[in-house]
Amino acid sequence: MKPILLTWPDVAIASLLLLVDGALSIWLRLGLHRPLAIAAGRMVVQLIAVGLILRVVFALASPVATLAVVLVMTAVAAREVAARPEQRLVRFGNLAVGASAVTFATFVTAILALTTAIRPTPWYDPRYAIPLAGIVLGNVLNGASLALDGLLGGVVRERAAIEAQLALGAPYRQAMRGLVRASVRRALLPIVNTMSAAGVVTLPGIMTGQILAGMDPFEAAKYQILLIFLLAGGSGLASVSVVILAARRLTDDRQRLRLDRLETKRPGRG
Amino acid sequence: MPAEAPARLRLAGLRSALAGPFDLTLAAGECVAITGPSGAGKSLLLRMIADLDPNQGEVWLDGQERATWSAPEWRRQVVYNAAEAGWWGEQVAPHFPAAALAATQLLAPRLGLDPALLEASVSRLSTGERQRLALLRALAGAPAVLLLDEPTGALDETSTGLVEALLAARLATGCTILMVTHNPAQAARMGRRHLRLADRRLVGT
Repeated sequence: MKPILLTWPDVAIASLLLLVDGALSIWLRLGLHRPLAIAAGRMVVQLIAVGLILRVVFALASPVATLAVVLVMTAVAAREVAARPEQRLVRFGNLAVGASAVTFATFVTAILALTTAIRPTPWYDPRYAIPLAGIVLGNVLNGASLALDGLLGGVVRERAAIEAQLALGAPYRQAMRGLVRASVRRALLPIVNTMSAAGVVTLPGIMTGQILAGMDPFEAAKYQILLIFLLAGGSGLASVSVVILAARRLTDDRQRLRLDRLETKRPGRG
Repeated sequence: MPAEAPARLRLAGLRSALAGPFDLTLAAGECVAITGPSGAGKSLLLRMIADLDPNQGEVWLDGQERATWSAPEWRRQVVYNAAEAGWWGEQVAPHFPAAALAATQLLAPRLGLDPALLEASVSRLSTGERQRLALLRALAGAPAVLLLDEPTGALDETSTGLVEALLAARLATGCTILMVTHNPAQAARMGRRHLRLADRRLVGT
């Protein structure tokens, strides 16, 4: 089956719906028509740019170009993970922790899938490697930022409880155990929800996309199952590693809780 | 020093960016009370001795320098009990070492506490109950030195008397206590020595 290709007039007709949104905003005085127009413009420019870049990268089929694209995506994800929590580890700690965890989790899951299950030739074929890294990154980003936010917020809130254990002679690792567990748990709940709702509440994006592109629904379902396993693995690896790395930065050789290594986000910054 | 036993606790030039330097020697079974205005650095001093805050200088326990102990081992011997102690679980009992639960149940009435409180949930305790249970928790590991930060701050006169009596019994068994208090009468009752902390330095009285 060949996918149905869209022409620009097709897209233009759909954009009329955006005009409806704009009209609604003016009519109901939502004040949303400007942001709506700007966001729609951004979306179109960004997606066209990505489409053109990927077309070039696919044509190049060079491992270096593929790696470069994946690294840029990883860096943006790491920045998002670092920016989310109210609390910042000093000396760009959030960025270092976020980048390590996101890179580790994404590369492990994506390379595992490319070399065992999907197996394109060559295994780094950008047509498979880049979209796969993108999906995994999206989930890794969610998991890692929830976990980091949980740990950094929790350590401030539960300072007295953690220090009470330290003061009674508990090792740092033991004093942090409850918080570490709660943070990872919180980070993994979305993927649990995704899995239980998949196919019943929502038709997952990849499956929908592949059905639209002409794939047999049963084959598309198999693909989706594989991908959700990858996402679950990626989220788990990312949230555990982000929490361990961040917790390590909050202590020292005398197993103290070093909250002086945290600063609160300056107001007015993303 | 002549051939007598080394001091139980000795601070030599203990300091941080925020307080000190402190020099102080305590014998086994001695209680020293520290008073001083809020913000004078009393809690900082206790936290530095317990190695909970970064610090420089030396602390010796029974002639052995702190750096030779692992941090958790040190804090099991030199226990800091905060003015508002933290609780990390839902129930009271898991905050105590399992081996010390029976002894704690026997000890609780001496502080005017119902032993059944050990089975209660932490959120249902009053501030005063929490403070006394935190003290029992600190005593449960039989530390060599107790660093008490306002141990009776939330207690009425009767409970304060009970706490002081229990601490006196511990002193008699050789436990050493360094106690921060706002109450000059308590400092006089408990402390064989009484020090004042002002401007983040110790001044004797």
